[in-house]
Amino acid sequence: MDYILGIFLLLLSSILVNNFVLSRFLGICPFLGVSSQVTTATGMGLAVTFVMGLASVITYLVQYFVLVPLGIPYMQTLAFILVIAALVQFVEMVLMKSSPTLHQALGVYLPLITTNCAVLGVAIINIEEQYDLLQTFVHGIGAALGFMLAIVLFAGIRERLETSPIGKAFSGFPIGLITAGLMSIAFLGFQGLIK
Amino acid sequence: MKQIRKTFANGILSENPTFRLVLGTCPTLAVTTEAFNGIGMGLAVIFVLVFSNLVISLIRNFTPEKIRIPVFIVVIAAFVTIVQLTIKAYFPDLDKSLGIFIPLIVVNCIILGRAEAFASKNGPLASVVDGLGMGIGFTLAITMIAMVRELLGNGTLFGLAVFGDLYVPMLIFILAPGGFLTYGLMMALFNWATSRGGRREGGSA
Repeated sequence: MDYILGIFLLLLSSILVNNFVLSRFLGICPFLGVSSQVTTATGMGLAVTFVMGLASVITYLVQYFVLVPLGIPYMQTLAFILVIAALVQFVEMVLMKSSPTLHQALGVYLPLITTNCAVLGVAIINIEEQYDLLQTFVHGIGAALGFMLAIVLFAGIRERLETSPIGKAFSGFPIGLITAGLMSIAFLGFQGLIK
Repeated sequence: MKQIRKTFANGILSENPTFRLVLGTCPTLAVTTEAFNGIGMGLAVIFVLVFSNLVISLIRNFTPEKIRIPVFIVVIAAFVTIVQLTIKAYFPDLDKSLGIFIPLIVVNCIILGRAEAFASKNGPLASVVDGLGMGIGFTLAITMIAMVRELLGNGTLFGLAVFGDLYVPMLIFILAPGGFLTYGLMMALFNWATSRGGRREGGSA
């Protein structure tokens, strides 16, 4: 029972308390780059959730069934990034064959995910925290949902910013970063949710 | 020679990766809580950037077009692993404060971006200079952000107390929101200062 409660808390904390974008600073590039419209932000969020769930599980298997038995855990960085790059390519090919509609919705975002540091970040954190397979999967999905929550909220705000009068020096990225800072302050409020 | 100097200066001012191109934002926000961390991160990125640019420029003529991105990533990951193990062995304190962001240099978009945009099209000497310029531009920018955050959030600079006991540190600046706020304000300042000098407008999202 305690274990199930722990899994639930892990999910909640990875979405809200340790939000990947707003408190851990992972995945900032797509957060700033692909957030001008709510629809594209949702598409990116879904693609990231899909890849991060899969990547968490596969990098876990690579770490404990390949790198550790061979005694080469120092190859972690190299192995993980190659696994993620291959996975993204593979997911793209499978989607293209099996579900053209889904591919059309997510297709453009998939290649961008290889260099999304949230994916490699979640894989490394899973190993550092010594999660088991189920925890790894839940943490991957939770972190990705947290990313999606942040990017969709941010895109909603940015759509309004488009039509607001903003000084020249602040327009574009600076005002976006300040908006993100205010969102981050709001998310600090979740800190007390879980001990 | 003139071209070389222009390439070098490019990365520091007119195409500054942090304030102008807005690349590599994750480490910019995450490690800038102390000025020392900014310098450490900057040096690690300079090393990886210079050597990956050099190697990629040397192999550019026989790298197949279709698999160039995976090839670049392998080259970059190899140098990141070297940096990671060196820091772990000789600078354990730095390793602790930079943490997960050392292996994440692999996905720092500055490095892959320069490999794709510059090193795969130019000779080895120009590529090394470009890597050096971009790396120094990045280091200066994140060290500046880190100095502001450390000063306001902790009342110290490079670990030395600057203000007297009367100063109450604004903790928010070394928490997550302070990263976003400081970066945003400094980018606005950079835009304002460079546009006054008659340079081109930048920072479009």
